[in-house]
Amino acid sequence: MDAFILQILNGLDKGAAYALIALGLTLVFGTLGVVNFAHGALFMLGAFCAVGLKALLTLEKITLDPNQLTAWGTPMEIRTPYIESWLGDFGHTLIDYSVPASILIAIPIMLAVGVLMERGLIRHFYKRLHAEQILVTFGLAIVVQEIVKAQFGANPIPQPAPDVVGGSADIGLLLGFAENAIVYPWWRIVYLLFAGVVIAAVFAFLQFTTFGMVVRAGMADRETVGLLGIDIDRRFTIVFGIAAVVAGLAGVMYTPILSPDYHMGMEFLVLSFVVVVVGGMGSLGGAVAAGFLLGVLQSFASMNEVKSLLPGIDQIVIYLIAVVVLLVRPRGLMGRKGVMED
Amino acid sequence: MTRKKDHLLMIGFVLAVALGPLIMIPIGGGYPDLLQKFAIFGIFAIGFNILFGLTGYLSFGHAAFLGVGSYTAVWAFKLLTMNVIPALILATLFGGLFALVIGFIVLRRSGIYFSILTLAFAQMSYNLAYSVLTPITNGETGLQLSQNDLRVIDGLFGVERGEALPSTSLFGLSMYGWSGYYFCGVMLIVMFYISLRIYRSPFGMMLRAVKSNQNRMAYTGLNTRPYTLAAFVISGMYAGLAGGLMAITDPLAGAERMQWTASGEVVLMTILGGTGTLLGPVIGAGVIKYFENIFSSFNDSILMNAFSFLPDFLQHAVVTVTGLFVGDGWQLTLGVLFMVIVIFLPGGLMEGFSRLGKLVKRYRNPGPAPGGEPDAPVSER
Repeated sequence: MDAFILQILNGLDKGAAYALIALGLTLVFGTLGVVNFAHGALFMLGAFCAVGLKALLTLEKITLDPNQLTAWGTPMEIRTPYIESWLGDFGHTLIDYSVPASILIAIPIMLAVGVLMERGLIRHFYKRLHAEQILVTFGLAIVVQEIVKAQFGANPIPQPAPDVVGGSADIGLLLGFAENAIVYPWWRIVYLLFAGVVIAAVFAFLQFTTFGMVVRAGMADRETVGLLGIDIDRRFTIVFGIAAVVAGLAGVMYTPILSPDYHMGMEFLVLSFVVVVVGGMGSLGGAVAAGFLLGVLQSFASMNEVKSLLPGIDQIVIYLIAVVVLLVRPRGLMGRKGVMED
Repeated sequence: MTRKKDHLLMIGFVLAVALGPLIMIPIGGGYPDLLQKFAIFGIFAIGFNILFGLTGYLSFGHAAFLGVGSYTAVWAFKLLTMNVIPALILATLFGGLFALVIGFIVLRRSGIYFSILTLAFAQMSYNLAYSVLTPITNGETGLQLSQNDLRVIDGLFGVERGEALPSTSLFGLSMYGWSGYYFCGVMLIVMFYISLRIYRSPFGMMLRAVKSNQNRMAYTGLNTRPYTLAAFVISGMYAGLAGGLMAITDPLAGAERMQWTASGEVVLMTILGGTGTLLGPVIGAGVIKYFENIFSSFNDSILMNAFSFLPDFLQHAVVTVTGLFVGDGWQLTLGVLFMVIVIFLPGGLMEGFSRLGKLVKRYRNPGPAPGGEPDAPVSER
């Protein structure tokens, strides 16, 4: 039982990342009708917002201290981050909390990137073939990746979580199991909560605001909304920006779990596409549900007991499920009729 | 008329392959390794184009068949003989068989679902080749030849087992260097001819009809599945053959050949050259492999020399910017190229050529222009 709960928990954090990316992908499908292969690159860009902020905060002032000598007899270098020498303890705390703090800069950056991308490129591809949309966004993803690689290098850059949540929680103890039966890092709990909040916010935005109402109307019948005198294209551009922000935030908060490198986006993108298809193209709820579902299933498949029974299943389980779902329920688990069926 | 044109096309193609080294030497590509790559990826792209160009089914998992072909060929070298003929036949066969099995399942869906399904199967093959299938694929190290291989047929004919690793051959003709290129070149010509015949056949017509409107085909009472499946298997066989040829030039098969980036590459080649055109995929494959080779070998000092005519400060700025696009960053060039082609020239280089041709024609005999004749869409799309 405890192993069971542990696997569910392990799957949930990956599932949360899938769900967030798939949510953005589905939003873009549903509104613009565009297949965005650059969405993984947005996830990666978000992660590199955190890397960038951290790098900025830890710019160091190097002073030579003649009183202390190194083993070679030269004066020892004292490195202090500028931010600490300016702000003292607060600076230290800020560096410690650099990952959550990156959220603040990631939101405007990702919104700007998203809107720019939509206005600059995607807009011209509304009416083109899906194959061409896939190809141009695929090209864009390569370009973004390579720029990030040129700037930050090809190696993963670890980002520590804040000290407070650096350790692990003994969840088993709370639920009445033996000590150390279910140990789960605090940060992953934070990530889960965060993902829940973001998903809830997106749904609330679509459901309870006038803007969201117009967007939903536009998803149902774009032409009529346009005829009513609403500039639906502008709303959809903002929706694209929101999708970019969601992907970016997913990336920012994921950095302590997986050290970001320039091609992390592609790996997540391929899986997120599978998630979207399993959940049902055009269904927001389906994307979120399928994200968590596949994350958990993947985690179960990587248990040793399962692996010894079906060798290699952990590598292919997600794709296998996608194949089965598509063949049995062609529209995915919660797909709507008439989306992407031409 | 078409027939005459086709003959001309074939003759031109044969000449281009035969004179490949002469054509490529002035632009620094006249060595067998690179030309061999042109030929192999040309075959791969032609096969992909038979599926994507004719039926419109965009497969994102074609590299899986390439990988299967490579593994099969290396196993044929290990178990049967170092002669390349059995290896190639088996590679083509297994590529086709694998495509038959996968195609049977994935062709139930079309559009983006088809792309995702093929991607899923290719990723599964790739992941399995890396993990569970290690006894067959030798996992991360890749499948290699060794001196103690069985090689039954070679044994029957009493071929001497040397001390060194055996090398691939065609009845004693070594498959390295120029002879290797010409062997691949002949295969390319044969495969090109087959694709030409498919294009001109009723079968090719049917595939094009599937692309333009599959529903209407179904309404006329025609079951399109066998046709699309046939196209899928044929393109799988092309990929298998290309994989086999890869194993011939370098008898080592690794799982990374099946990764989805490799699948993306062949899509790119086809699009760049011109989807649905006969020559396009070959040209696309050549251009990409050429750029990969040339651009990735550049470095900053070469650039410094190239831009030495500029004033100093300008030289540094230009080198810094262009330096991003060469060497390790050649993928950036690829991405930009990709976007530019899709945005401005969705018909690929072939469309560009035909537009240029039209411009030249119009320039030569201006005549009484018929009131702003609209650009006719390129025929073979």
